[in-house]
Amino acid sequence: MSSLSGKYAIVGVGESDVGRKLGRSAMALSLEAATRAIADSGLEKNAVDALLTRPPRSEPQTNYSAVLAAQLGLQPSYINDVGLGGASSVSMVLNAVAALEAGLCTTVLCVNGDAQTSRGATQRGRLTNWIEDFERPFGFIGAPVTYAMPARRHMYEYGTTSEQFGAIAVACRRHASLNPNAAMREPITLADHQASEMVTEPFHLLDCCPFTDGAGAVIITSAERAHDLRRPPVYILGIGQHNTHADVQYSPSMTTPAMRGASQKAYAMAKLGPKDIDVAELYDCFTYVVLVTLEDYGFCKKGEGGAFVENGRIELGGELPVNTGGGLLSQVHSSGFFHITEAATQMRGAGGARQVAGAETAIVSGQCGATGINACLILGNHAK
Amino acid sequence: MITTSRPVIPLANPDTQAFWDGCLREELLLQRCSVCGAYRHPPSPICPKCLSDKFAWERASGYGTVYTFVIVRRALARGWEGMVPYVAAVVELDEGVKFLTDIVNVAPEAVTIGMRVEVTFAELDGTTKLPLFQPRSAEAQR
Repeated sequence: MSSLSGKYAIVGVGESDVGRKLGRSAMALSLEAATRAIADSGLEKNAVDALLTRPPRSEPQTNYSAVLAAQLGLQPSYINDVGLGGASSVSMVLNAVAALEAGLCTTVLCVNGDAQTSRGATQRGRLTNWIEDFERPFGFIGAPVTYAMPARRHMYEYGTTSEQFGAIAVACRRHASLNPNAAMREPITLADHQASEMVTEPFHLLDCCPFTDGAGAVIITSAERAHDLRRPPVYILGIGQHNTHADVQYSPSMTTPAMRGASQKAYAMAKLGPKDIDVAELYDCFTYVVLVTLEDYGFCKKGEGGAFVENGRIELGGELPVNTGGGLLSQVHSSGFFHITEAATQMRGAGGARQVAGAETAIVSGQCGATGINACLILGNHAK
Repeated sequence: MITTSRPVIPLANPDTQAFWDGCLREELLLQRCSVCGAYRHPPSPICPKCLSDKFAWERASGYGTVYTFVIVRRALARGWEGMVPYVAAVVELDEGVKFLTDIVNVAPEAVTIGMRVEVTFAELDGTTKLPLFQPRSAEAQR
């Protein structure tokens, strides 16, 4: 697998405008991100011969990759809907590399968007779903409940505190305040976090990412071809995916989830380790998820994530800047796709006020299943 | 008998009918693999350990230990406004399987990880009984 390291690259990056109650459809946002990525790459539209996406929760439909391809006037050789929730974004990159390596296509557009605040959530009545019959009637009515379960268990096993969760929220908001394309830019303090409403104890409101609208896109092709394009290539150095369970609630260990397996595969492909990483863009639907990802991606020992995030270590200027664009917590949800666009932006040195000086490598985490499914991506601005 | 009103109601399918029928009789049933002996939950056609489709329904002890829990203070979906605050929990049954439920008949602030609990059934819409858990009675612990 290490032969794949540096063989493919991100050559186009696009972000839609983001915000709350934009009043635009998820499809419109996805197409905006896609067309911006194509324009950024300098490629002719018809050079794109593969499309990967995720059907938006706000506009559920089948064959969404074919729908978007038709809207873009493309007739791709390879399409697929990647339906892994928050792991979809990084998993799209993994599937793009696999399809390129298999020779199914030459240029892949990955796009992921949603309009969570512009469409009402649907309400279910009677259920008949293997998992949901045994969750929702008991009041497990959404991610703020299911993710707070392992968070409390982590506090119990390792002494992790709410203030340590808060340090993650503060870091993400500080970074978003430096990012012109972020939904939540007003800085917050640890005191604000502690004073915010208790939603699903132990989670305060500011432990939870808000609903937002936005879409991101990237274009991936061979490194060889990337050299002839207008933007400096951002190389895919390592990638890996792992899942330990569909739902963390039933996992033997609730606090050592899928992140470890995914990151080990990505590090092995890249022949890099945690000490070689300059920037981390870690899926953060809730603060706790960042903390456990830092542990299982090897940036600190198991159980020491709480101490690791304190004292500005994960903020710009710290030892390991995390979520430099603001993350789901403060930039935009979009199922984590902006972690990829932000990592690519950092590798291009184009992060403006939030650029990590001299950054050469970035790691990206995508996850879902309340930490049971993880996809890990390592990017770099040198092919090595 | 406690009653409860919730905006979502489980609907039995061929894999889960026996479980929900057991709840109506106030019996907590678990599937146990006839080949390797492993308990499993939620109900499933095959054993995740040995893949056998041979199993029996066994009545569980109804006792367990709180593994983790969340105090839900904000109604996160329509129809839950009358429920908050409530304690959603993962209970590790004495048979060794995890079970998603609520902890009832106790102040939310008094719930702790490691608390011993026992099943109690709550009437839901006249057609379903939900297996919930409450602190194990002092008498039962002797």
